[in-house]
Formats: sequence, structure tokens, C-alpha cells
Amino acid sequence: MMEAIPTGYCLFLSAILFTIGVVGFLTRRNAVLVFMCIEIMLNAVNLSFIAFARRLGSLDGQVAVLFVITVAAAEVAVGLSIIVALFRKRKTVDVDQIDLMKW
Amino acid sequence: MEAAVFLVVGLVAVIAAAMVVTGRNAVHAALFLIINIVSLAILFLLLGAEFVAAIQIVVYAGAIMVLFLYVVMFSGAAATPEGPDRLAWQRRIAVVAGLMLLVLAVKVISHGGLGPVPAGKQVAGSPAVIGEIVFTQYALPFEIASLLLLVAMVGAIALAKEKKE
Repeated sequence: MMEAIPTGYCLFLSAILFTIGVVGFLTRRNAVLVFMCIEIMLNAVNLSFIAFARRLGSLDGQVAVLFVITVAAAEVAVGLSIIVALFRKRKTVDVDQIDLMKW
Repeated sequence: MEAAVFLVVGLVAVIAAAMVVTGRNAVHAALFLIINIVSLAILFLLLGAEFVAAIQIVVYAGAIMVLFLYVVMFSGAAATPEGPDRLAWQRRIAVVAGLMLLVLAVKVISHGGLGPVPAGKQVAGSPAVIGEIVFTQYALPFEIASLLLLVAMVGAIALAKEKKE
């Protein structure tokens, strides 16, 4: 088997993806797109889990990724149904317009 | 050869994520996120996580992103592009905060000992091996995860139901 990818490169890629997710989460105004940026962040963390699982020779990191994917699926289901209920009531998914509780 | 694949796939993942974050069209953003997820699945394959790569494609790209596309089309986000921000300097502050986070993360990563992977210690994540670990060592989190999925399903239906007057 050829030499494996150094772990630092994978972690660096994971950090870049996580930062892109953070900037998108802070910037986007459509609630569904904010959710997609959360998924980018979760994917970046999954990549660093797998990189460490590779480095330490243990499969615990991959099991952790399985659980992260499961929790992400549950979170997306509930979060998107909240957005659907919100859209039915307010006819918009723009986070700047959802300001009834603002002071 | 592995390094070339890693470079290309990593570049595709970063560009796709950047297009999700800066695109105007919500449907295009969802499709770019699918590209990001699939390229990460290829990276998982490179790193010896075969079962997780398959699960990533089937669950993430196949189910979660389809759910996203449903809601994008339901909420009419495809037709209306985003207007200007309410806070004028929000975008710049967000980019600055993101860059600070990136500098911090790189500093933490380069702190030590993360060079090439020591050979001979890797176990490929085939379904048999992962299944053995999940059903013996991590059986309790597995059961809790299935309970969580049940709760999420019931909650999603209860939240999104049309209320009958």
C-alpha cells in the first residue's frame, strides 16, 4: 500500500471547510441556507474524526462519524420541519424578518 | 498518486463549500453541497473508512440533501434571491471572524506530531469490523441513536403538520 496522506493535511482541509461553514452561517439570510452551512461544519468535523482514526489505527473515530451522521439526520429533520412551520405562518424564511422577539 | 487525488478532491470540496456560502440561488447551493458531501466521501475512502463513505453518500447525499431540496422548493427560496443585509458591516465582520478562527485552527494543528501516518497500524473500516465494534462496545449509543431517530421523526411530523381549525 502506498504511503498514506499526512494527518496534518487532512486537518488543515477540515479547518478550512469548517471556517467556510462558519462564515456562511454568520452571513446567509435564508434559514435553509444557514442550515446547509451547519452541514458543512459537521462534514468538516467528520473529516477530522476519520483522519485521526486513520492515524491512531483505531476505528473509534469512524464509529463517532456514524453517530454524527445519525444526529445530523435527526437534526435536519426537526430543523427543517420547524422552518416549514415558520414559513406557513410568516410566509418568509428570511432570518432578518423573523424579529417578533426583538426588543 | 494518493496525494494527487487528495489535492484534487480537497480543492473540489473547498470550492463547492465556497459556492454554497456565496451563491445567490438556493437550489444551486444545495447541489454544490451535494458535490461537497460526495468529495468528502471520496476522501473518507482514501483514509480507509469504506463503510462510513458509503453511509455518507447514502444518508447524507441521498436523504438529507433531498430533504433540503424539498424545503428549498417548498419555501420558494429558489425564486427569490436574498436581499441586502440589515446590518451593513455584517459580511465583513463575518469574514474577519472566520479568518481569525482559521488562524487559530492552523496554529493548533501545527503544534505537533501530525506528520505521515505510521505504517502497519491501519485497519480498514469494513462493515464487518465496524459492526462488531458498534454492536459490542458501543451498543448503548447505538440504541440511544435509534431512539433519537424515532423522537426526531415524531417531532418532525408533529411540527410540520397542518393545524386543522
